[in-house]
Amino acid sequence: MSSKVEAQLDKGKALIGYLPIGFPNFEESVEAAVALVESGVDILELGVPYSDPVMDGLVIQEATQIALAQGFKLPQAIEAVRQITERVSAPVLLMTYFNPVIQYGVDKFAADLAAAGGAGLITPDLIPDEAAEWIAASEKYDLDRVFLAAPSSTDERLRQSVELSRGFVYAVSTMGITGARADVDVAAQTLVERLRAVGAEYVGVGVGISTGEQVAEVLSYGDGAIVGSALVKSLNDGGVAAVALTAQGLAHGKPSAS
Amino acid sequence: MALRDELGPYFGEYGGRFVPESLIAALDELSAAYELAKLDPSFQAELADLHRTYTGRPSIITEVPRFAVHAGGARIILKREDLNHTGSHKINNVLGQALLAKRLGKTRIIAETGAGQHGVASATAAALFGLECVVYMGEVDTVRQALNVARMRLLGATVIPVTTGSKTLKDAINEALRDWVTNVDNTHYLLGTVAGPHPFPSMVRDFHKIIGEEAREQVLALTGQLPTAVAACVGGGSNAIGIFHAFLDDPEVALYGFEAAGRGVDTPEHAATLTMGRPGVLHGARSYMLQDEDGQTVESHSISAGLDYPGVGPEHSWLKDLGRAHYRPITDVEAMDALRLLSRTEGIIPAIETAHGLAGALQLGKELGPEAIILVNNSGRGDKDMETAAKYFGILDGVEQ
Ligand SMILES: Cc1ncc(COP(=O)(O)O)c(C=O)c1O
Repeated sequence: MSSKVEAQLDKGKALIGYLPIGFPNFEESVEAAVALVESGVDILELGVPYSDPVMDGLVIQEATQIALAQGFKLPQAIEAVRQITERVSAPVLLMTYFNPVIQYGVDKFAADLAAAGGAGLITPDLIPDEAAEWIAASEKYDLDRVFLAAPSSTDERLRQSVELSRGFVYAVSTMGITGARADVDVAAQTLVERLRAVGAEYVGVGVGISTGEQVAEVLSYGDGAIVGSALVKSLNDGGVAAVALTAQGLAHGKPSAS
Repeated sequence: MALRDELGPYFGEYGGRFVPESLIAALDELSAAYELAKLDPSFQAELADLHRTYTGRPSIITEVPRFAVHAGGARIILKREDLNHTGSHKINNVLGQALLAKRLGKTRIIAETGAGQHGVASATAAALFGLECVVYMGEVDTVRQALNVARMRLLGATVIPVTTGSKTLKDAINEALRDWVTNVDNTHYLLGTVAGPHPFPSMVRDFHKIIGEEAREQVLALTGQLPTAVAACVGGGSNAIGIFHAFLDDPEVALYGFEAAGRGVDTPEHAATLTMGRPGVLHGARSYMLQDEDGQTVESHSISAGLDYPGVGPEHSWLKDLGRAHYRPITDVEAMDALRLLSRTEGIIPAIETAHGLAGALQLGKELGPEAIILVNNSGRGDKDMETAAKYFGILDGVEQ
């Protein structure tokens, strides 16, 4: 049993890049994901478009709505993972609301994701308390399991998230939804410290991070900096070339690059 | 265990909490405050006082014999939630939750609304308690329920039209959840039906169960027996569970929920979640829902904004699987016919939501025969629907079609 994501984090602090599958179309979303890795992104987080994305701000909502309107189907998520892992070696996580996984079949989804070379799942609306089936399936297929931790979580809940996550635990930097913000919330560092205190080895920090400076700041205490909306916006405004440039700028925030 | 004693978080395999971790602290805080309030005589006394002096409870029952002629002669009795202050059952839950919000020290409440009745009730409670109030409402619904938008604004609430997704109730709930994730420190999410993550389904049910408790006594006093059947419309399911609850452990009383069939359950344009859906996770709970094979929520359709929702509360999913309650679809046309019939035979104009339950009662009467006594939750009044009804019946210019 080995975690693809932990193996990557053992090599050094990581830039984790999010893009939704199927935006602006399937082929270009795969090209953009590959370009991210070639531009310094260490771990990919591919968003599965979903009709009711309650953790997402407008930029990601609009992109995933376009993907759905163009006919995104769930098997394409597995297919995207397969195509990307054939071309680049970075670990690929899927970020998915949980109902699509339930309807696909939790065990089957895990099996197909593992067979496609995927690293695991980030589950924004699945708390460990409701996750027995996914925990069993991820154990069975040796997949990473990223649960969220919030500034509002009690220490007891943080400990539970840390104990049941594999790969990293996702520290939500601020009370809010995805989207760029001018400053990283001071709550982020406090949360990471609290997670360390309950035993977290690997912590990814996300929500609101959009510049190289913010990446550098977050990586001074976290193991991974997760960037989403800023990349989606670049892809929307300027295509694959633009999102690659944005990724390069973000990658300058990594300690090895500075 | 009595069915009435089910407290959540699970109703059989339904319910639970499928929400971002950021909300768990607030849900725990709310659960704890509610558990305390339930046992606190001063909370119960304050709520009972509001019911009596503000809402106008107990609401009366009205037997409607001229309407019942069209239901095979069965006796039909309406529980008049339409006579509550603000015009529907929604106020029962709103006052309970607003009192809790005050106890929690929250200064701001947010709400979603479809028909606008829950939004109006929330804006009303906010005015009464001096709280800031923001109401999310699908853009489509702000048009078809424009009168209620004006009422909310007059009451001092901010109404935010939601332009994402299907621009109806489902998307209003998404927006309210996003607001709550961001502002949970000072904000209470005053959810308007028995859906959502625990503790909402059981808490909202508890605030509405007074409907059935009163009606059970009132029907016994009027007829000397329990009703043969209890009927209600089902959107998220709050008025239905409210009137069902007191009868759950009376096996001789049949329970019927009537969902919106829109243009028909053989078309894609309906909101018949329990009839046509299958279990999944939506808005924080596992329950029946309308979805495609990938688990994407399917857009619902109903002429009634308050029933235009592709999900339903988890307790109803449980009652359906147990066979304790039965759920049937009612089309737009059947509902509008019933709306006009009750207006013309009894001088009571019901909400379009409510009319689905009335149309169901007409069916039940014919099936159960003249000995039957059917109790219907008359969940709301139709004032808000006059524009839709006037257009539907072509009576705006005085010419009926
Ligand atoms: C009068 C009335 N009845 C019924 C409903 C449907 O909600 P529920 O199923 O929660 O009772 C609404 C919702 O807006 C309503 O306004």
